[in-house]
Amino acid sequence: MLHIYCPHCAEYREEDEFHCAGQAHISRPLDPEACSDEEWGEYLFFRKNPRGLHHELWVHAAGCRKFFNMTRDTQSYEIKEVYKIGEQPSVVAE
Amino acid sequence: MTQQNRLTSGGRIDRSTPLTFTYNGKQYKGFKGDTLASAMLANGIDVVARSFKYSRPRGIVACGAEEPNAVLQLGATEATQVPNVRATQQELFNGLVSASTNGWPSVDTDVMGMIGKVGGNMMPPGFYYKTFMFPESLWDTYESMIRKAAGIGRAPRERDPDTYDSINQHCDVMIVGAGPAGLAAALTAARGGARVIIADEQNEFGGSLLNGTEKLDGKPASEWVRAVVEELSRYDDVLLLPRSTVNGYHDHNFLTIHERCTDHLADIAPVNQVRQRMHRVRAKWVVLATGAHERPLVYANNDVPGCMVAGAVSTYINRYGVVPGNELVVMTTNDYGYQAALDWADAGRKVVAIVDTREAAVGDRTEAARQRGLNIISGSAVIEVQGTKRVTGVSVAGLSASGTKVIGSVTKLKADTVATSGGWSPVIHLSCHTGSRPVWSDSVVGFLPGATVQKQLTAGGINGQYETAIALQEGFDAGQKALAEVGLAAANVVLPETEAMKVAAPMSLFHIPHLKPTSQAPKQFVDYQTDVTAAGIEIACREGFEAIEHVKRYTAMGFGTDQGKLGNINGMAVAAKALNKSIPETGTTVFRPNYTPIAFGAIIGRNCGALFEPERYTAMHKWHVQQGALFEDVGQWKRPWYFPQAGETMQQTLNRECLAVRNSVGILDASTLGKIDIQGKDAREFLGRVYSNAWAKLAVGKCRYGLMCGEDGMVFDDGVTACLGENHFVMTTTTGGAAHVYEWLEIYHQTEWPELEVYFNTVTDHWSTATITGPNSRKLLAELTDADVTNDDFRYMDWKQITVAGVPARVFRISFTGELSFEINVQANYGMHVWEKLIEAGAKYGLTPYGTETMHILRAEKGFIIAGQDTDGSVHPYDLGMGWCVSNQKPFSYIGKRGMNRSDCTRENRKQLVGLKTKDPKQVIPEGSAAVLDPKGPKPLEIQGHISSSYWSETLGHSIAMGFIKGGLDKMGETVYYPMADGTVIEAEICSPIFFDPKGERQNV
Ligand SMILES: [Zn+2]
Repeated sequence: MLHIYCPHCAEYREEDEFHCAGQAHISRPLDPEACSDEEWGEYLFFRKNPRGLHHELWVHAAGCRKFFNMTRDTQSYEIKEVYKIGEQPSVVAE
Repeated sequence: MTQQNRLTSGGRIDRSTPLTFTYNGKQYKGFKGDTLASAMLANGIDVVARSFKYSRPRGIVACGAEEPNAVLQLGATEATQVPNVRATQQELFNGLVSASTNGWPSVDTDVMGMIGKVGGNMMPPGFYYKTFMFPESLWDTYESMIRKAAGIGRAPRERDPDTYDSINQHCDVMIVGAGPAGLAAALTAARGGARVIIADEQNEFGGSLLNGTEKLDGKPASEWVRAVVEELSRYDDVLLLPRSTVNGYHDHNFLTIHERCTDHLADIAPVNQVRQRMHRVRAKWVVLATGAHERPLVYANNDVPGCMVAGAVSTYINRYGVVPGNELVVMTTNDYGYQAALDWADAGRKVVAIVDTREAAVGDRTEAARQRGLNIISGSAVIEVQGTKRVTGVSVAGLSASGTKVIGSVTKLKADTVATSGGWSPVIHLSCHTGSRPVWSDSVVGFLPGATVQKQLTAGGINGQYETAIALQEGFDAGQKALAEVGLAAANVVLPETEAMKVAAPMSLFHIPHLKPTSQAPKQFVDYQTDVTAAGIEIACREGFEAIEHVKRYTAMGFGTDQGKLGNINGMAVAAKALNKSIPETGTTVFRPNYTPIAFGAIIGRNCGALFEPERYTAMHKWHVQQGALFEDVGQWKRPWYFPQAGETMQQTLNRECLAVRNSVGILDASTLGKIDIQGKDAREFLGRVYSNAWAKLAVGKCRYGLMCGEDGMVFDDGVTACLGENHFVMTTTTGGAAHVYEWLEIYHQTEWPELEVYFNTVTDHWSTATITGPNSRKLLAELTDADVTNDDFRYMDWKQITVAGVPARVFRISFTGELSFEINVQANYGMHVWEKLIEAGAKYGLTPYGTETMHILRAEKGFIIAGQDTDGSVHPYDLGMGWCVSNQKPFSYIGKRGMNRSDCTRENRKQLVGLKTKDPKQVIPEGSAAVLDPKGPKPLEIQGHISSSYWSETLGHSIAMGFIKGGLDKMGETVYYPMADGTVIEAEICSPIFFDPKGERQNV
């Protein structure tokens, strides 16, 4: 069970309070109508599944209800950093 | 019964407190302080099990968690049955009832011998894989035989009468193991002021210090242990957990401890006490001081009862005052094996020989044996054991220097006990749980903990350090390191003085050769519990399994309830030899939680029975119960399903409830619908982006139905949203979808459109909702309010803030039945009051409460969808015939718009929602039935769609159904067929799903 630092609450809480909401930094295209079916399909369905560093979107669901980003090693489960929506990671997956 | 193997003095047992226990129906005596295993050995019980494949008699070989054979069934009654209890870890209590598990019909009779032999021949390595290739029909035969024969134990058939508990813990330092290293770490950390938890699986702290005759500061080691434990128990911030196995080491220093609070007291926990407790610990630092397990050697017939590991023999003598035999032969590859012979001799029984596989070893323990005049046979090994239910003798022969070949002649010696030591395997299990791969050490002759990302320290035996002085020092160092890491000053601890022992180098030897090749020699067991032999591993290697993980799966080595604690390293060594590789080249070994088997009760704790899953009740729940409602689970909500009256069938109830609504008035508890309060100057814009229809012009005081789609264009929820103020809305969602919709709104707001000023709050539980529906609903409402509720003033799809039954209410004039309807929302605390007033006033109209089933029928008569029943994530609004609920005029590309315009969503012949009317009006098509065009056509028949909702409509006098048909909206009037499992076929006509009041006049009156 992960021990997660919520950047909004500014404290460590148990994983029970959080949900993972998938890969981070997937922006909705600003003009969906201009996307081809293929581009829209890429946005909708294609996600990374790395062994190693992964940027993920999490929500403190049973806490402050805020979303934030997490860089996590999917092999060791180490959390390298958490950062707020709109911020960029300082530890970057290759 | 006499305890013929009990010494008259010594050990940590209380001879003044005799205890009676039962094993396989016979009564025996032991003492307080015994384990079940030590008491069995004291009574001379040799056979405790029959082996899994070969049905060979098996005895106790070890004294702790690593015991593979003495795995018993406990319990005096059916309800208190506990399988998989290691007798070596079960403390004796008065009245304990135990039985062997893998001895059918009894461990002592040979009835199984014949079947066992057949089983053995039928179960070569890879048995499971090979067997599955045989005709399937044989598998049942194999399985029933294996199950009956195998030591799987059985779960109780009755409810466990005991209570289990769980608790969350936090600490600076979690110390696993209370031997010399763990105690030194705990003492150091505690004196330094850290919050400490120290857990040990045994009944008292001390670990190896309680098993030997070693002295600390010139006094028995147990005195130092007592002083340390006394000091530790004085600190407020130190939690001492004996009888507590740290069973799992999980990510981010999260550990689970399985504490057996009362297992040592009685069959059932004393009144008001829990049986077991699970501690869930989050530790800043962890010190693993888990020690090591001694490895037995692998030699022919090494499973005959009387073959034990050397350290266990010492422990039974020193700790329990039990000598498990009369004539001992020791075989060892290292100095530690000599200790068993020394202890045996001290107990006054005969040491036949110490067989050392090394040529000339000179250490303090070997010298002690020499000085005592014990018979030491160097450069030799016990190559074979004689006996079946008990060792009767051994064959000893010289070994080549490398230990790979037998040289010289064979000598036979008479003996009843063989104690072997192949060295020690550090207990690295916990360090493996978090994914760390152990590394082989040639000097330790074993695996050590590998690199880890956990905040983990190790001390003592787990590091391959078996001398007490070093274990104490490493524990002290770990304690100081942990103090520094958590920001505390170093502690002042003076370690006790130990007797320095000189230790000669061990020999790296695992598998003792025989005169015959391994495949022809008597069986040489590697893993007792799964009956894996050295020959079996050789076969696996010969059949092409080279990776140790494959060998393990092919042979089942390490797959028993003991996870191969004794056998895995030996098995790797045998495989390495067969493959001509080194052990580290063969692979590594990995262990997974739990370290030892654990009762389900401890996992579930208090969350069983009524507390298994939270249940949500509406404010009117009590009334529903009093009326005899039957309930349906919708998410965690308990919703009334229907309200049967005496003598009614379910269908009769539904018919009565439906007719009441259509002819007069009914009442539904709609409190469970999700309700989300939405405020902010951009709330309206936000609604337009998450719903498929338009929201720009919805006026204050009005309500609107909306469809919510995913980015793929598929409908996932729906509901009515009311405009409370220019910047204030309340959204309703389906009962089951509320949490998801709420998170959906938040994720879009927080991650995509943070510039929109809008706030969401879930208010589902703040409101109670009573829906009154039917032609008389207005008359009923008017009786409880002074407000004008006439059709001129309170239009369909309006909402009003009025007073109902004396309390403020938001009343929505919306309809899910097609009838004139009012949804009366009041503060939840007023819910029951308003409900009861409505019931009272409604009596004269025959006001009828109805549940979810009637709600479903009434809405289906109107063709209204239920998201999740008539949608399945693959249908967009046009598929539902709900294009009217899609706005293409909105400037913003709302969620779902681009998705529903993908080429696949706009193609011809998509499955579309239609009504279906059976040719025989009495037939109700089962939900889920598949539609075909020609039931007599060539198979496989092409499926045209399926039924999503189907009911008997008493109002209409015929069945009604909604379902999907390919291109169905263009096929009105055509016939489709639903073949049933019994061979019959239901014929139906495609029609509009709006069966009742197609013009929608009744809701507007
Ligand atoms: Zn938070």
